[in-house]
Amino acid sequence: MATKENEEIKPEKAPARYMDILIAFFRSSILSFGGGPSGIPLIEAEVVKRYHWMTIEEFGDMVAIANALPGPINTKLAGYIGWKLKGIGGLFAAIISSVFPMIITMIVLLGFLSAFQEQRWVRGMTQAVLPVVGVMMAQLTWSFVSSAKEGLGWTVTIILIAISFILMEVLHVQPPILIALVLLLVLLKPAKRNRMKAGEKK
Amino acid sequence: MTIFWQIFIAFFIPGILGYGGGPASIPLIENEVVGHFHWMSVTTFSNVLAIGNSLPGPIAPQMAGYIGYQQGGVLGALIAVFATVAPSLILLILLLRLLYSFKDSPKVKWLTLLIRPIIVVMLGMMAWNFFVASKQASGWVPLMLIGAASFILMQRFRIHPAFVIAGALLIGAAFMG
Repeated sequence: MATKENEEIKPEKAPARYMDILIAFFRSSILSFGGGPSGIPLIEAEVVKRYHWMTIEEFGDMVAIANALPGPINTKLAGYIGWKLKGIGGLFAAIISSVFPMIITMIVLLGFLSAFQEQRWVRGMTQAVLPVVGVMMAQLTWSFVSSAKEGLGWTVTIILIAISFILMEVLHVQPPILIALVLLLVLLKPAKRNRMKAGEKK
Repeated sequence: MTIFWQIFIAFFIPGILGYGGGPASIPLIENEVVGHFHWMSVTTFSNVLAIGNSLPGPIAPQMAGYIGYQQGGVLGALIAVFATVAPSLILLILLLRLLYSFKDSPKVKWLTLLIRPIIVVMLGMMAWNFFVASKQASGWVPLMLIGAASFILMQRFRIHPAFVIAGALLIGAAFMG
């Protein structure tokens, strides 16, 4: 372990140990609440500031590239950094320490709920949580509406939401198929004419 | 189809279609787990989501691990996490250089942006289904009271969802059921 002063005057990349990888991703995961992009600064604090495994520029590029791919961002970053540091072993170390402690906690907590599910008070607990999760999802819905609005404007956003609603809830188009079609449409469109209009979606 | 193949599919699809990170893949996971494979009811899924959201760390892979464990034990958990994380991670490792030139392309922005309205509808329907299940389980009064209280606490007073969920669990244990 280098001393604090050494870390500050020597910003070049340090060699990594498995133990450090485990600690770095365990800590960044356990301190991040709410999932998603809120965890990125915590990963940066570990891999750039504390361990100097990469520069801030490399980290920024990596986040931008990772965002070009689908799926949860934190484990993508963890796995990639682990792989860069130590190959396949580092990849597994990073992912295991970022997700498995909380998976085990979930198994214990929810196992407790299902073991006593016949009890009146446990039934009360599961019922009382429903409205809270409903409100949480409604808030998440709203944050997606406002971010869609920022990129597409109100009119296009509302038209696209209406079209999506009709396709999925009235005509029962499977959501994964609909999303896959939209993604394909964007990918196959020539780069020059990328100004998508509402009508072109169908 | 063996259960392990089903687990793989159930989490592979959200993993490759969830543009815009973890939160975007939650309704896709619900679509597979509740809607397609019928592994759990809306109420059970709401419990998983509540606990997953109260614990730190990435939500989607953690929910995947838990549901995978439920359906297929330790191997199921490993497959579910693998299916969630691996597709993008492998692409990231193999195609880094190619993706590097792609990262500022407007297409990336459009990928995330154009599926947002679809995610909005899926999330909105999830919220709606939770409210419907709540009304069926405990009637209008608890739904309205707990719903309004948690909205005010989380939206107005910025109380962390973990505390609101803990509070709801206590109230439920004491007065409901």
